[in-house]
Formats: sequence, structure tokens, C-alpha cells
Amino acid sequence: MPIPSPAITHLLSSELSFNQLLDEIPLATAVLDRDLHIVWLNRAFEALTGFSRRDALGVPCRHIVRGRICVENCPARGKTLDSPVPCESDMITRDRFRLPIKLTLSPLTDTHGDLTGYVETIEDLRAVRELDNKKNQAFSFEGIIGRSQEMEKIFQTLPLLAQSDVSILITGETGTGKDVVAEAIHQTSHRTGGPFIKVNCGALPETLLESELFGHAKGAFTGAVASKPGRFRMAHNGTLFLTEVGDLPLALQVKLLTFLDDQVIYPLGDTRPFHANVRIIAATHRNLEQMVASGTFRQDLLFRLNVARVHLPPLRERRGDIRILLDHFLAIYRTKLGKGIRGFSREALTRLTHYRFTGNVRELRNIVEFSASMATDPIIGVENLPAYLLESVPNTCPEAMGPVRPMGAEPPLPPHQTWATTEREMILKALEESRGKRQLAARRLGWGRSTLWRKIKHYGIDAS
Amino acid sequence: MLTKFLIPIASDDVAPRFDLAVEVHIVTCLTGGEMETKTVVLPQASAEKLCHLILTESITCVICGAIEEEYFQFLSWKKITVIDAVAGPWEKALLHHLKGELTSGAILCHRTVEGCHVDCS
Repeated sequence: MPIPSPAITHLLSSELSFNQLLDEIPLATAVLDRDLHIVWLNRAFEALTGFSRRDALGVPCRHIVRGRICVENCPARGKTLDSPVPCESDMITRDRFRLPIKLTLSPLTDTHGDLTGYVETIEDLRAVRELDNKKNQAFSFEGIIGRSQEMEKIFQTLPLLAQSDVSILITGETGTGKDVVAEAIHQTSHRTGGPFIKVNCGALPETLLESELFGHAKGAFTGAVASKPGRFRMAHNGTLFLTEVGDLPLALQVKLLTFLDDQVIYPLGDTRPFHANVRIIAATHRNLEQMVASGTFRQDLLFRLNVARVHLPPLRERRGDIRILLDHFLAIYRTKLGKGIRGFSREALTRLTHYRFTGNVRELRNIVEFSASMATDPIIGVENLPAYLLESVPNTCPEAMGPVRPMGAEPPLPPHQTWATTEREMILKALEESRGKRQLAARRLGWGRSTLWRKIKHYGIDAS
Repeated sequence: MLTKFLIPIASDDVAPRFDLAVEVHIVTCLTGGEMETKTVVLPQASAEKLCHLILTESITCVICGAIEEEYFQFLSWKKITVIDAVAGPWEKALLHHLKGELTSGAILCHRTVEGCHVDCS
């Protein structure tokens, strides 16, 4: 039995078919009653959801739209709408496809202004999202994000450097992404099939570093019970990334220099040379020229490493990238944490865009991770930001936040506070307040005993 | 083999979305025709975790609302019957299934417009 179509009278001189009128609208549109049961829907709605008018008639709209917003936070649940409410969400069609959508719920009122029902429209955002992805890709290179002039120059240079086989020196402050750049160069070079070996020259003592880099033969020194290949040999046919090269001891600088000249390494205690086909990428946050002047870094090594130099500007010199980076990391943590966070509140954005990121991109990423973890609403508010951000007074003019800011204005708390450190502190506080009683501490934290035990183990807390 | 059903629920209804359900009913049909029901509350809504629960509980049939093709195919591959796009009270859906009358896309809710029953048959 076909569902009769109502007629619209008094609009034009002759009667209008409501069905036809709605079907002419290319946007998926449905009319709902006060209880959000479907009264009518147009052809575009049928095509988008996969449910026919007959299927949907009288059914609560959440069973037909099957949107995330309908389940998690229906705009009409428990409140009276007086204006259209648009919201971005996703839905699952009858064909089992998940689509990004923009759903708008608008109230319908009678002549007295009393609510009689709703009009629901759904826009398919697939095309928009694809365009967004392409737009974002235009401002990135292998995971490095930015659209400022400085970064554009780097994006133009990196593919060229990747194709060559020259040694590269990456400089920049801590947290600017030197490691990411080194890996991006390796991934886009012809060595991508080979290994990418990273050595932190500042993390190992001088005595260990030599055997770590160049390897040793069995019996080379006391305790050398077996031969060790060393990082150079491990990076054969690939890339060796020497991070914090400024911390490399002078004695090893000579050995590195020899390798750069001859491409040959001599493992400790071994007389046979090994010809390693390795590309060197070095990085440092130190001023190597100054170190050369003070005699702590060899000038000839600097010349050999500095065949091509990539300088990564600090975030304060590319403020235009802050917003794009915030969106980028928010998208990552939204997925990682499984939260429906849509963005930042206006005030939170003002705080963030005016903050001087001394820890650069790393600090920004940590702030986003912390805020996303703390947020309970779909919008991250100022209250979700780390406390030290709230204590520094926001500057209304971004240009005024130049590179020369007095030291006194630095944030008082450590900038690298992450969710992990906060969670650890929360556990310690709860244990302290419950005098070490885990059952009580777990209850205080709203966790189960096993969750608390797992986290105590994870953070290496001694709760005995 | 015991017949075990899993129904993601939202109050008394089958949950509109499989991936957003935080509560499920697991119904076991015992040999004497009796049924044993237990409710599992998930710490977080997640299609992956729900699939894991389905496998660990040795579920034979899932009655759910909207489910993504990826999970539908995965469960079908694991030889689990999935009756999806079911809308309405979960008990009604289960009874329909036991009578052999439940099909994918079944709308079992009470259809009303402005409080009055509407008939679509």
C-alpha cells in the first residue's frame, strides 16, 4: 500500500504535492515529529541512508540515521531547540558504509511558536573530507606539517636532498622535528629499502660509543666475548642518523672523519676493514660553528657533514603553522583516545596561538595529548589545557611575542608535562591519601584494582 | 554446540550502532529449552573489543543494529551469523529469531507518529 502524500494548499493557486516538493530538494531531508519519529523523508534521504520511506515511517530517527551524534549526544535530547543545530558526525548506511556527515536539526513551530516537530537534513561530507586531506597533504612532506614560507622552502629542498646521496646536517632547536626530517629523507631516498639506524651521540659514554658505532672483534677488550657489528655495519646500504652530533667526543670525530673520507670502518681490535655503503645524516641543536671556534668540534668534520644543511625554524618563527599543527595532532589523538573531540574553544585557541612554545612542536604535541586526554566535552576548553599555560598571561598581538622574550616570562612549570606524568602523579597522590591501600586508592581514582595494579606496574611505582 | 547470542543494547532496544554500544546481552540457549542471560558492560565503546568479546565468548549469532562492512565480514568469516540493521526491543528481536522470523533490516519498533500508531503493512 503506497503511503499517501500530503498536499500543500494556499502556497500557490493550485495544490502542491508535498512529496514532489521534498524530492526536488537535493539535500537528504526528513520531517520528524516531536518525539523524533520519522514522518516523511525525501528521495535524497532514501538514497543516503538506504532506508525507504515505508521502512522509516514512524520509526525513531536514530534507528534510520544511525549517526554517532544520535547515540552519543542527540541535539534534541532533553532540551528544546529554538534554532537549527548543525553538527558534524558520521553515520552507517544500510549498505554498512560509514560516512562523514553534517546533520542539521531544525525545529518546526506552529503559528503560535509552539514546537510541532523537526526538519532534519544530512549532508554527505565525503567529498569535503577528501578535499581536506588533499589540502593538508599540500602542506606536508612525509609527516612534517607546515604552511609557512620557511617550511615551504624546506618542503621544496627535502625531495631534492633525498634523491642525492650527500651527507646532511640538520640543525634546529630541540623539538623542531630533526628526527622526523631525517627519517623522511631516508624514506623518500633510494635507500628506503635499507635500514635506518639512529645513534644518539650524547646518550652513550665515550668508551661505549666507539664500539657501538664501529663495532668490535671478539677479544678486543675485557668482556668482548663476541664480535659486535656496530651501527655503521648495521646501516650498510641504508642511512645512519647521528643525532646530537655536537656531543661526539673529539677522538671519535676523527674516526668519523676517516669514514666520511674512505667509506671504510675498522672495528675495534680488528685488522680487516669493512666497506660500509652508508649515508650519514647528522643533527644537532648546538651551534657547531661556535664549537669549532672554541675547539670542541673539528672544523674538517663540520665541512664534511655540512655538504647540505637543513635548518628547522623554531615554532615561534612560524606562528602560522601552530593552528595546522594543533589540528593535525588533535586528529591523531582523537583517533588514538577514541574520543569524539571536535576542536578547541575560541579562548583555548587564543591561549595556544599566543603561547611561546619553547619546546617547539614536541611541546605542542604534548599539550594536545594532555588536553585531549583531559577533555570530557567535544570541545577542548581552557580548563583542559595544562596549568602552566593558564598561568602565563596571553598576549593579544602575536607579533609582540618575538624571539626576544624576557626570561622571567617563561612558564613556571615544566613544559613537557604529558598525560602519562599527570596520571602517574594522580596515582601517587591517591596512594598517599589512602595510606598505600590499593583498594581504597583504586576507588578514589574510579578504577578497578586490576587497572590500578597494571598502571602501577606500567609506571614502575613502588607501592609496597 | 550451544547456541549463544550476543545483542548490543541501548536500554531496552537493540543498540542503533554496533561500534557505539557499551552494553551487551549474552543469551545462551540451554539444552532443556531454557535460556541464560548475562549482561556485559564494556569500559569503552569499540567495535574491535566487541568482536574480541564475541570470539572469546564463543558466540554463534549476533543480532545488532548498524555495523560496518569490515566487522560484518570479519564475523561472517569467523562463521558467526550476523543479523544486522535490526531496530526495536531486543527481547522481541530474540523471540523473532527463535521463531525463525528475524531477517536483516527488520524493524520491530512500535511505529508512531505524534503518539498514534501507524501501519506500514
